[in-house]
Amino acid sequence: MVAETISPIPSAVRVPIKFYPIALDRVRYVGEPIAVVIAEDRYVAEDALELISVDYEALPATADPEAAMADNATLLHEDVGSNVVHHRTFQYGDPDGAFERADRVVKLDWRYPRYASTPMETYGMVANFEKQPDRYTIWSNFQGPFILHALMTGALGVPGNRLRLITSPHSGGSFGIKQAMFPYMVLLAACSRLLGCPVKWIEDRLEHLTASSTGADRADGVEAAFSKDGELLALKFNNIVNVGAFVRAPEPASVYRMHSASNGCYRVRDIAVENRLVVTNTTPIGLNRGYGGPQFYYALERVMDAGAKALAIDPAEIRRRNFIQPEQFPYKAPAGATYDSGNYETGLKKALDLAAYDALKEAREEARAEGKLFGIGMAAGIEPSGSNMAYVTLAQTPEERAKAGGRSGGLGTATVSVDPSGSVTVKTVSTPAGQGHQTVAAQVVADALGLRPDQIDVITEVDTLTSAWSLASGNYANRFSAVVIGAIANAAEKVATKIKLIAAENLEVAPEDIELVGGNAQVVGVPEKALPVRRLAAQTHWHPAGLPEQMEPGLFETTIMNPEMLDAPDDQDRVASAVTFGYVFDLAAVEIHKDTGKIEVVKYVSVHDVGNVLNEIVVEGQIYGGFAHGIAGALLEEFVYDAGANPQAGTFADYLCITAPEIPDLTIGHFNTPSPHNTLGAKGMGDGSSMLAPTAIANAAADALDTFDVNLPLTLNKNWSAANGRPYERAGAAKAKVGDGPREEGAVEGGLKGEGTVELSASPIEVWELLLDPDTLAAVVPGCEELTQLSDDSFSAEVKIGVAGIKGVYSARIDLRDKIEGESVRLVGKASGGLGFGQGEGVVELEHISENRTRLSYSYSANVGGKVAAVGQRMLGTVTKLLIGQFFRGFDKRLRNVNGNSRRVSIGAILKRLFQGRY
Amino acid sequence: MKPVAFEYCRPDTLEEVMELLTEFGGDASIISGGVSLGAMLNMRLVRPKALIDINHVLELGNVEFDDATAITGALVRQAAAQKMTSLMSGVPLLAMSLPWVGHYQTKSRGTLGGSVAHADPSAEIPLTLVTLGGSVTLRSPSGVREVAARDFFHGLLTTDRRPDELITALNWPLRRASTAYAFEEIAQRHGDFAITAVAAEATVAIDGTLANVSFGLGGVEDHPIVADTAEFIGRPATRDTAKEIAEVVADIVDPMVDLQANADYRRQLVRVLGSRVLSSAFNEASAVREAA
Amino acid sequence: MLRIKPDQKQRVTLTVNGKLVSGYAQPRLLLTDFLRHEMGMYGTHVGCEHGVCGACTIIIDDVATRSCLRYAVQCDGLELRTVEGLAEPDGKLNTLQKAFNENGALQCGFCTAGILMSATKFLQDNPKPDRDEIKEMLSGHICRCTGYEQIVRAIFQASGQ
Ligand code: FES
Ligand code: FES
Repeated sequence: MVAETISPIPSAVRVPIKFYPIALDRVRYVGEPIAVVIAEDRYVAEDALELISVDYEALPATADPEAAMADNATLLHEDVGSNVVHHRTFQYGDPDGAFERADRVVKLDWRYPRYASTPMETYGMVANFEKQPDRYTIWSNFQGPFILHALMTGALGVPGNRLRLITSPHSGGSFGIKQAMFPYMVLLAACSRLLGCPVKWIEDRLEHLTASSTGADRADGVEAAFSKDGELLALKFNNIVNVGAFVRAPEPASVYRMHSASNGCYRVRDIAVENRLVVTNTTPIGLNRGYGGPQFYYALERVMDAGAKALAIDPAEIRRRNFIQPEQFPYKAPAGATYDSGNYETGLKKALDLAAYDALKEAREEARAEGKLFGIGMAAGIEPSGSNMAYVTLAQTPEERAKAGGRSGGLGTATVSVDPSGSVTVKTVSTPAGQGHQTVAAQVVADALGLRPDQIDVITEVDTLTSAWSLASGNYANRFSAVVIGAIANAAEKVATKIKLIAAENLEVAPEDIELVGGNAQVVGVPEKALPVRRLAAQTHWHPAGLPEQMEPGLFETTIMNPEMLDAPDDQDRVASAVTFGYVFDLAAVEIHKDTGKIEVVKYVSVHDVGNVLNEIVVEGQIYGGFAHGIAGALLEEFVYDAGANPQAGTFADYLCITAPEIPDLTIGHFNTPSPHNTLGAKGMGDGSSMLAPTAIANAAADALDTFDVNLPLTLNKNWSAANGRPYERAGAAKAKVGDGPREEGAVEGGLKGEGTVELSASPIEVWELLLDPDTLAAVVPGCEELTQLSDDSFSAEVKIGVAGIKGVYSARIDLRDKIEGESVRLVGKASGGLGFGQGEGVVELEHISENRTRLSYSYSANVGGKVAAVGQRMLGTVTKLLIGQFFRGFDKRLRNVNGNSRRVSIGAILKRLFQGRY
Repeated sequence: MKPVAFEYCRPDTLEEVMELLTEFGGDASIISGGVSLGAMLNMRLVRPKALIDINHVLELGNVEFDDATAITGALVRQAAAQKMTSLMSGVPLLAMSLPWVGHYQTKSRGTLGGSVAHADPSAEIPLTLVTLGGSVTLRSPSGVREVAARDFFHGLLTTDRRPDELITALNWPLRRASTAYAFEEIAQRHGDFAITAVAAEATVAIDGTLANVSFGLGGVEDHPIVADTAEFIGRPATRDTAKEIAEVVADIVDPMVDLQANADYRRQLVRVLGSRVLSSAFNEASAVREAA
Repeated sequence: MLRIKPDQKQRVTLTVNGKLVSGYAQPRLLLTDFLRHEMGMYGTHVGCEHGVCGACTIIIDDVATRSCLRYAVQCDGLELRTVEGLAEPDGKLNTLQKAFNENGALQCGFCTAGILMSATKFLQDNPKPDRDEIKEMLSGHICRCTGYEQIVRAIFQASGQ
């Protein structure tokens, strides 16, 4: 019903995917909203939720992008005709020629895991619809970018001024994730209109972990061409992005954010990029700290290490040889980025010094001599900040872009005002989530006006009806210190200039001779000739007639800045994607314990160039925070899906957020090359090691294990298997199915598999008959409340299963297929209940052993979804075994009792046990 | 994340608990610390008609000793137990395993009895009780029974407790002469349930051979188990024997497979951690024997 | 014996930060929801409602513990300390809060209330902890912003070592 009032939400990918904030007739991923329950409180809403029962027609599902690309894969969006919903290739310079000339080509491919920053505060919103004029107002902790406001108004079918977004002044963390709440905002707005009352939703953690947003998992590859002395000649990137079930704006931005800086820190100019976006039955991806950066550097900086190894050049040295040189700035990168400033070699040297690189290499040799697995890894990267809103349009061809009309820019806005009492307010329109915008803004404005930071009030909430905002407003891509702070400084400067003019006239000196210090406007060098800033400022309100000629009354300065370099992509697909380019160099040393797989980060050094540092504690906090996210992605965190595309990490007990003891000691180094692009010389920062730590750690692990075939996260089991040459496959993980042939229709694949045999005291034919007898089944299936035979080979049942205090009622349907009397039968079933749903299939075979003895063998695979799978992953396997055991004990007992009886049975029930019977 | 509606019952005496169990049986959940149960209630995995809060049944909070046993009431909190010197010195293996349990903020509330009732296969407290050959005292309206810990745990979150029974106490065998203990585990993060936890108890005879070995494994199968080590009694209490036991046991266990670890790796952990705890226990038991 | 029917609203009286407060709660009402929605005390945060993240940690009867794993009716008559009770009566930050402020130990602040309450009790139990002990105590909290380092420093500083 709500859906009828909403139009689908488009993205930059021009394919016929209809993305609604709620599923219409097909559910494409676990977590996709299918119903909204509104109640007086959350308790009652959850009660009501349990009354909804959905009858699903199950289609094959996959979480694996490579499987989804296969010819026989089920299409998520039929109208697109393929699960590859976006495909573009790019070429800069002459990569093929360079590869031909190369002395050495190295090549890597891998899977990058899906993980997310899971802010501690989840999504929260209140939507209200009012009439006359018809207007939606939504209060939320949405982080922007406000370009999404346009998509929301489109979905609701109203002009921009009829959707008022008000964001909270503070937000409990975001890291990009709170971008992806906008479809829910649309949904709530529609509900409010329908019900005629305000509607509130505070997302809970289970909802967040399955249905908010994550970073992208990818199936990427890279090739690099080197000369024999280590010159990087060319790069070819092959990116396959698992975008989730829909392309939710601003996707496909994750694969384009780093695109125009595809050369990283290096002088290489011949580059090819191939990008494919694949839809799978998973939660749509979106912004996550470092957005696209971790995946990009995992390609570039690993292939640099691989090149170094192939050429027997030290990995630090090979980077040094290829760095863009200090005198080359501003540096125009082949794909269009213009790096503002930098000195990459200085950063590298600093990191090597801090790490005592030579001693570390010696330690490595000593450790290896003792048989230990010790490795050193590094990664260098630029940190683009202050995005060009237009880089996303690289997803379109130059012709498509020309047709659509130009797009460019990344407006930053800020307002500094002084009220009649002389007190100062700054509006940043920056939706902070803990990045210290208030602190830094107050400091910058205080410095400009000669006041103390505590005299400045900073207003960070955005109200689209009253704030000076634009498309790029919001808090992402490190834009605060790259762009917004420039706008703030600029607005403050305008206010300062006005105050100086007034002071100059009052003190009868030239405006240049006035400085603002200690709360006063004073004549330079003559501190006793001074007037209080507050009084001068107040004068603009109280006594406009007394102001210098031509001066406008009042003090209310808004700056809207567009960094001038942020132009539209050209017809060669080159675009200046960002304003400032910071720099990070990370170096890690690890030891992997061969006996337990434990990975110990024995050294970690991170050197940063953030331009001029605006606030040391804030910068340091961002570095530590980004580092923690990077280490988490490297070592711990992953959203695992099973082969049936069921999310397995639905709680904080399964999604292993990094905690204090797992964070290695970090040595931080700084050096600064000020940015020419804002008056403060600052660069954006905040992504930092979240982009590089996964790679630095992976490189160190590769060095320790002597293979580049490392897969994040480097968990204990994985490391141990790698260190000991053992096969490793994560239980039930989606990847396990890659490469399997076409599947039979209706076949079930899932995380749960098992087999077993039991010996029964009857002949095969007796067993067979009993097995297919509904009465028997009803009697021996633990918890079977009702069994109905629908047709010869088809049954339905109500089963109540309680294991470990976890009870649920399930309704199940079983079909018997491929019956060979007395020998074997295949069962296909599905079940659903309050705690989850499942489908499965199994084969039962009977074998005659001796008179009155039959061996029954069974094998099954089942796919369990819903709450049970998401929150009780550990329980599924054991519970299944338990139920099978119970079933056969009961069955054998019954065989003995009714021996010789000839009634029909359904093994259905056995398997129904197994499939649905998780609990 | 809000529980189903339930009736709240807060008995003050054991008798009242029994009345409630008679009334509700399996439809009630018994809550002590609530560290595990609270989460399952909030997720609606557990959906009781009534919640029986035993926190006011004071007699369940007692710790008593007899000649050979420390008897901890079901309500003894994990953090409190760790601070009781008599208990910690009397049951050294518990002193060794408790530091691995949970977090500062959960141990303060979580109880010894609650951990045993919850029966997570990786939990340290059940493993300790099983390794030591302790037992669980259960009380129902029809009487009291004592179940050996080794028979108590059936599988994942599944125990021998009947729906109308309350765990009233855990019985911990006290430290024995010439006996030493060791405990170790590996988890992906600090304070998580272990991927594999191992515990050892060993007694060394005058001649330096093993008089008794108990080798407990948590997180390997779906409930804590004690390996059969009978064939090693009488063998020298050496590092080699320790290694051999761990290797033999690693080959015969039937490990669980979950997101964190496959069977191959769990076997390996039995091997490495097992030989570590066994040798440490052998070593120390030999030293104690010599000193005696 | 106290028995409260599923839909019955029971009066619950608590001492919170030294003040007697009371409200009504059905048995299933989480203590966190009682504090936030019935008492209007929003200082205690909720990050997971399954006992893992630590955001909701408060001190109940002198023990630092998860308030999302308690039901309000269980706490009738108990003494609670929450983050609202830390600052001096005149609003001045206490030593621990000041140390957090000076060290940048909070960014978004969502995890902070819980960590402050844990650390308050922890420093009573262990007045001179080393960094590793602090980290171990912190393992019961998730902070997504800070990477924990500045929190460790702040607690260490607050211990006056
Ligand atoms: S909300 Fe209580 S621990 Fe997360
Ligand atoms: S400061 Fe944001 S979660 Fe800790």
